Parts: sequence; structure tokens; C-alpha cells
Amino acid sequence: MKKHLFGLLFALVPVTAMAAGGASVPHSMDPDLHDQASLQNGMKLYVNYCMGCHSLQYQRFARAADDLGMPQDLVEENLIFSPDLAYNDQMHNAMDSGDAEGWFGAPPPDLSLKTRVRGTDWIYSYLLGFYKDPSRPTGVNNTVFDLVAMPNVLEPLQGVQELVCAETDHPVEGQEPDALSGKYQSCDVLQVTEPGELEPAEFEEAMYDLTNFLAYVGEPSKLQAQALAPKVLIFIFIFGVIAYLLKREYWRDIH
Amino acid sequence: MGNPNKAKAEKGIMRWVDDRFPATQMWQEHLSKYYAPKNFNFWYFFGSLALLALVNQILTGVWLTMSFNPSAEGAFDSVEYIMRDVEWGWLIRYMHTTGASAFFLVVYLHMFRGLLYGSYKAPRELVWVFGMTIYLVLMAEAFMGYLLPWGQMSYWGAQVIISLFSAIPAIGPDLAQWVRGDFLISGITLNRFFALHVVALPIVILALVVLHIIALHEVGSNNPDGIDIKQKKDEAGVPLDGIPFHPYYTVKDLVGVSVFLFVFCVVVFYFPEGGGYFIERPNFDQANPLQTPDHIAPVWYMTPFYAILRAITFSVFGLDAKFLGVIFMGAAIAILFVLPWLDRSPVRSMRYKGWMSKVMLLLFAISFVILGVLGVLPSTTGRTILAQACTVIYFAFFVLMPIYTKLEKTKPVPERVTG
Repeated sequence: MKKHLFGLLFALVPVTAMAAGGASVPHSMDPDLHDQASLQNGMKLYVNYCMGCHSLQYQRFARAADDLGMPQDLVEENLIFSPDLAYNDQMHNAMDSGDAEGWFGAPPPDLSLKTRVRGTDWIYSYLLGFYKDPSRPTGVNNTVFDLVAMPNVLEPLQGVQELVCAETDHPVEGQEPDALSGKYQSCDVLQVTEPGELEPAEFEEAMYDLTNFLAYVGEPSKLQAQALAPKVLIFIFIFGVIAYLLKREYWRDIH
Repeated sequence: MGNPNKAKAEKGIMRWVDDRFPATQMWQEHLSKYYAPKNFNFWYFFGSLALLALVNQILTGVWLTMSFNPSAEGAFDSVEYIMRDVEWGWLIRYMHTTGASAFFLVVYLHMFRGLLYGSYKAPRELVWVFGMTIYLVLMAEAFMGYLLPWGQMSYWGAQVIISLFSAIPAIGPDLAQWVRGDFLISGITLNRFFALHVVALPIVILALVVLHIIALHEVGSNNPDGIDIKQKKDEAGVPLDGIPFHPYYTVKDLVGVSVFLFVFCVVVFYFPEGGGYFIERPNFDQANPLQTPDHIAPVWYMTPFYAILRAITFSVFGLDAKFLGVIFMGAAIAILFVLPWLDRSPVRSMRYKGWMSKVMLLLFAISFVILGVLGVLPSTTGRTILAQACTVIYFAFFVLMPIYTKLEKTKPVPERVTG
């Protein structure tokens, strides 16, 4: 073990943090914690599609309700499904982790802090990255997480997405863009081949909301921090000006 | 007891106290009648800021301890509990994590000031040695503190650094096991690091800070000209270029404190992760002994020495590379302790030293920063060569110092400070 660790020290292979999922991250998103409609929709999607398997063990329903501007009765009626969970409880899932391990090989991870580990770009790209792959036990694979164990639970919304050969706006390595269209040819293009309940643009928006909600869950205190920061900084600034004037007054007789 | 008239004028409580405890005397010796040179510049803010950073760490640390659970099972959860359920817990924790980086930043600038103006030279050798000891203990304090949140980087960073002990021939593996208290990093390691981090090392640091300041006040502060202000005194025995620390430098330092706190709060409120350098991303995953992160990097303030460790990729005299790396890393810190005896220059300040000292200090500072950057990055062949070059410069600065400080021509030093 120690030898192995030492090897690590001296032969740290040139991998970057991005290598966590084994592939590049094609989409980016900027969380907006002040967009309450987006966060509320994200929470709705989360409890309906994710929470069966993935807990948010550090996030309380009540805290989310307060921060996202939702009344208690609405949350209790529409977002808390398990009779075992109360308004003040954390968002635990119902699935037994032993069962989960048997079904998926590993229990689905808790997602409270995943946006802080992977970054929101990765989560957003992951949610948009499922495609049909009949060779996989679940029938799907993922562009940013190869050989993913999770089934595409969002398929009813998204439809069936496949990897196809087509034109794309994303630059392809070792390829010049087409002189007329400025597009590239690639066989790694994701395309919805059987429509779901949502149009592709609507689905992307929904996944933005879901990622946005997870970004909020990763650090709920960010809302408090952003609200408090200007007051603290203005106070320190005024304090600094007074301190400077005081210093100048005292030092008048020096030099 | 200072001025006898004043002592007589004292009434009531202060008189009563002074008869039993030298309160007024201490106030005068260390503040109101401690004469500091009047020409302190920008670089002289960082001593008082280091003290502020220390107070911040202790206060926030005490409050964190109230809610932290020092066990392998509960540590990670309790940190998130602090972040979410403890009133103002997020602020206290971010002040502590950001405070650690801020502490090192001001300490590095404080040390650079010492190099720049020769503050380590006689008669301030002990001031420097106490300061270096603070720095050394501070690194141990920070390293042990980083294990406590029990994240992936906490765990694997500690695993890598503690396994360095195992590179020591013969006793190495047993020593590493003794430090861990287990065959691998475990809850036992967490418990002992917690004890050392919150009790033992802070006591040592506080004691050393007292020694550092007593030694400084015994000999008096240096200044950007590196001249002794006690040579020129007025009839009352007050240095002509000296001013009482209080109120002059207390009010001046308040301005420095304001600027520092402004920047500090911007980071605490808006960028608490410091771009992944103050809190590393993998640390939001709980420690998992079975899963090694892709890239293990120490926190930024340790990386120059980590880069030196990794730069040694060859064996010499039958000593293998990893052991040599540990020796070089240790030597890189140890050599700082003997700095006062390496500098043979007749002058203290860089203002009056020759071109060789200036060039060497510049190269040293640049190579230290480059090593710091390299220590964060995964190593490649090119980076290893660069790290080796910087390691050579790092040591050359010290090893050649007795030669170049003696050879070079210095400029004449003024009699009075130049402002």
C-alpha cells in the first residue's frame, strides 16, 4: 500500500480534474440562485425523477421551502411523498441501499454535494448526455460518464436520444470547419430520434433548472452570503476611511 | 515604572493593579513607549496582520469545535451540519478555511520583508529563529487541520504526506505507522490530529508568538534602511527616528487591517473555495480508503516544498530518490533557520546591498513562486526539469550567500532613516 502511494507521488500521471468522468464536458451553465421559478421547477423535477434513488441527506425540505419561496402546505402536499418524511426532515430516499447495490452494482450516490465535486457544467452535460446503447444492461450510455450504471430515467421527458453522424457547431479536433456553413462533421452528435413529452429546447431548460436546484443544494448558505456581503463590505469600507483619516490626523506631526 | 509623576497621578483601579501587576509598565514597554522606526512602509503591515489572522483562526476554531464531531463516522457529516444547520456556521467555517490561506499569505509576505530588509541579521537572529519555528509549527497545524473535514483530499493528502516518513531507511515504515496510529489513515489518526490541531499546536504557536515579540521588543524593530535607530537619541533617551508604536502604528495598522479585511471578506462571501485552491473539489466527497483521487495536490501554501520533493527523481550514493526528496524538502525548510549566519554582508537592507544580492533574491522569489505553481500541477517531464532548476536556484540563494554577500560592493548606509 505504502509503495503504491509512493509510486503515486512520483509518477502522478498527467490527468486533470476533468478526467473524473472520463470525457470532456460539452455544455456549460451558470447557476442563478435568484431565479426562484427555475429552482422550484428543479426541485419538482428532483423529487419526481431523482429522489426515488438519490437522497439529498444534508438538505431539509423546510430549508428549501424557505429559500425557494414555497409555502409549507404546498411543499407537504406536492413534494413530500413518503409518509416517513416530515417537513423538517432531510430529503432521504426510500430505497434500501442493500437492494440498490444488488440492482445497480453500487448504491446511487447522495447528490447533496455533487455540484461542488464535479461542477455544474459536468452535471448539466451529464443530464443531457444519455444516448441509446443496446450493448448496455440499461440500454443507455452517457457521453460524459462512460459505462454509466444509471438508467435514463428522464427518457419520458426527453425521448430517445442517439449518437448519429451529422453536422455540428462544436469544433471537432483535426477538422477544418465547412467553408460555407462553418459547421463540422462528426459521428458523436446527439440527436433525439423518438420525441418525448418535451421539445429538445424545453428539455435543456428543464435540465438547467434541475442543475440549478442541485447547485443551490450544494451550498444553500450562498444565498445568505450574497445577501450579507454588501453590508459587511460597506461597513469595512467606511471603517477603513475613518481609520485612514485618523491615521492621517495622528501622523500630521511626523516627518 | 516610567515617569514617577505619572505614576503618582494614577488613581484608583490602575494604581491598585500596578502595585500588584506591571500592567502600565507592560503597556508602555510594548506599546506607548515602544519606539519603532518612523519609516515603516507597506511591507511592515504583515506582522500585525499575521496576529489578526491568528486571532481569527483561534476564535473561529473554538466555535467550530463546538459543533464538529472528530470521528471517522461523523466528521464529514458534522462539517455539512455546521454549513447548513448551525447558525452562522457557514460563515465561521469559511472564515476558518479562508483564514488558513490568508494566514500563510501574510506570513509569506512577512518573511519576504525579513529577507528584503535583513531583519534576520544581528541582533535579531532569535527573532528570526522564533519566527521560523512559528512557520514550521504552522505548517504542521495546517496539515493536521486539513484532515479534519474528512474529505477525499483530506484523506489522501494526509496519506501521501505521512507515507513520506516511510521513506526513511530502517525505521521509516514503523515511524509512519506510529504517526498514523494505524496501518492506514483511520479514525484514530483523525482523533490524534484533532487533539494536536485544537489543543497542542495552538498552545505552542501562541507561546512562540510571545517569544517572537519579546525578542523583537528587546532589540527593537528593524526598518527599510536596515539601520539602528537607537544610535541617535535625544536627551530623554528617545530615538530621534523612533515614534511610539501606540498610537502611531496602531492607527496605521488599522488602515492595513481594513484593507486586509475587505479582501478577506470578498473571498469569504463570494469565493470561499478560492478557485479550488483553498478548498479542493474532491474534498466535497467523503474520505474513501478504497478510491484514490485522480490527482492529489497539497493546499497551495505547501506546494513549493512538495514540488522540491517531487523534483528529486534520481538516486545518489545508494540513497533512493524518494528518501532524497524527503531530505531535500526538509533541508529547504531547515536552511531558512540558519539564514542569519549565512549573510555576511556589512549592511542589512537590500537598498544598500550589491547587485548580486538583489539578483539572487529576485531569482529566489521567482523560483519559489514557480515551485508553488508546479506543486499544484501533475508532473510531466518538462515540469520536473523546471522544478529541478528552481530547486537549484532555491538552494543556491542560501548556499552561495556567504560568498556573494561578502564579495559584492555595498552602498554607504545613511546615518538617519530616509523615509
